[in-house]
Amino acid sequence: MISLRNVSTTFRGKDGDFTAVNDVSLEIPAGSIQGIIGFSGAGKSTLLRNINLLERPTRGQVVLDGVDLTALDDERLRRERHQIGMIFQHFNLLNNRTALQNVELSLKFAGIEKAERRRRAQEALEIVDLAEKSTSYPAQLSGGQKQRVAIARALVTHPKVLLCDEPTSAVDPRTTASVLQYIADINQSLGITTVVVTHELNVVKAIADNVAVMENGAVVERFDVADLAAGTFEPGTEIGRYLLDEEIHLDRTPLAGRRDPASGAPLRGRDGKELAHA
Amino acid sequence: MLSASAPTTGSESGLGLDRIIELLPEIGVAMGQTFVMLLVAIPLAILLGTPLGVWLYSASPVGLKPRPRAHRIVDSLVNTIRSFPFLILLIAIIPITRFIVGTTIGTAAVIVPLTINAIPYFARFVEQNLTQLGSGVVEAARAMGATRGQIVRDVLLVEARPALIGSITIMTVSFISYSAMAGLVGGGGIGDFAIRYGYYRYETVVMLAAIVLMIALVQVVQIGGTRLARVLDKR
Ligand SMILES: Nc1ncnc2c1ncn2[C@@H]1O[C@H](COP(=O)(O)OP(=O)(O)OP(=O)(O)O)[C@@H](O)[C@H]1O
Ligand SMILES: [Mg+2]
Repeated sequence: MISLRNVSTTFRGKDGDFTAVNDVSLEIPAGSIQGIIGFSGAGKSTLLRNINLLERPTRGQVVLDGVDLTALDDERLRRERHQIGMIFQHFNLLNNRTALQNVELSLKFAGIEKAERRRRAQEALEIVDLAEKSTSYPAQLSGGQKQRVAIARALVTHPKVLLCDEPTSAVDPRTTASVLQYIADINQSLGITTVVVTHELNVVKAIADNVAVMENGAVVERFDVADLAAGTFEPGTEIGRYLLDEEIHLDRTPLAGRRDPASGAPLRGRDGKELAHA
Repeated sequence: MLSASAPTTGSESGLGLDRIIELLPEIGVAMGQTFVMLLVAIPLAILLGTPLGVWLYSASPVGLKPRPRAHRIVDSLVNTIRSFPFLILLIAIIPITRFIVGTTIGTAAVIVPLTINAIPYFARFVEQNLTQLGSGVVEAARAMGATRGQIVRDVLLVEARPALIGSITIMTVSFISYSAMAGLVGGGGIGDFAIRYGYYRYETVVMLAAIVLMIALVQVVQIGGTRLARVLDKR
């Protein structure tokens, strides 16, 4: 189980501080799939990176199966990370290593003997149905295949947790389904606690058990996907309603009749004159 | 002007070919000296410049282990050495040269300033090549629980390898021309040969022959380097 307890992350910048994650508490049951959804800049990636401390929270605790990760020294934390696999939107594979070598590297970092690495890496590639691509370089693979190599790389160390940052945002809808299927299957067969960050409702609907909605660094809404599917969930926030409404609504009324949403003044053309009614 | 000066060397054939043949042994020696200079200075620069470049990358404010104050000092030190014109460096470090190789003239004496010039030069290449890799692979390696040493050895230097080969090529080419200044301390080399015969003795044909050799050398290095980088680059 992962518990986030009052986690906050503030970035210090030249023009003041910026709080990307603001007092988030979240309990993620062992073996479940937690979705984190929100718009760009909501703080989803930062929160995800807080879990394996790629980004150390400025306040709060991250507790993994009773171990407070925020209290560990660098060396202990590094070893804990072998228990936490991670995949990324842009795959982050090494271009100059083959698929197999990419997966092997993860085992090397986990301190696994050389003789064992090859065999386990090959096995992991088989799980994602890429055994025949083991000698291909990332440039020779499709986006979906690259993400599957990344999944193999993440799970080859037998982690307890799999963190996914927009795992399907760089692939097409059909590939999205396939990548999510692999993640779901692995979650089921290996019981890996999984966290999926996304800005697509479809993704959480397909894969998550529970969902947290983020806005301005805070979790503003939570729901069970089962309730959503049963139609018994009513979003309580503006952002929740917007997110659950998958349609894209554009204002197609003539510009001439519209007003600036901020000031309420009529829209002006480039020449500074009010737009004339057609 | 140039064609008029050629006959003053006393060459019988208008082309001066026999003069070149006459000087062949000397050209061979000069080429040998150039090779020695490059074959010692460049590997030394790679051996010592790589750790320095990795350190510059790693200790930078956004690096693997930021050490802003130390970084600023080393960074300006590197800039200082890099800003010396080679000729001045050559003379300025004569005491160091004497200390290291026991002499201040000859090929061995040129290798010292060449190497001292090349180390920060290559370190900058390394630093830049690592920086340009972006944060993605480093991020992934950190998430996998890699040590900093593993991140450098197994991720950064592997991913930067094609770019580093390109940098070594550029460095070698510039040093072929730098080594021409070696003549100033009696270091020899093909560049020095060209200056001595062409510039001081107006033996244009001999100079041209030497320059053709230098062009050939540069071509070989450049084409070889580009090929190797392309083979290694799997992007
Ligand atoms: N290292 C950093 N330094 C300063 N600000 C940062 C840093 N990382 C993130 N931020 C800021 O924190 C906010 C949240 O960023 P984050 O990447 O977590 O958002 P996100 O919800 O993942 O967005 P996206 O969907 O675009 O990936 C953004 O406004 C971003 O500019
Ligand atoms: Mg993000």
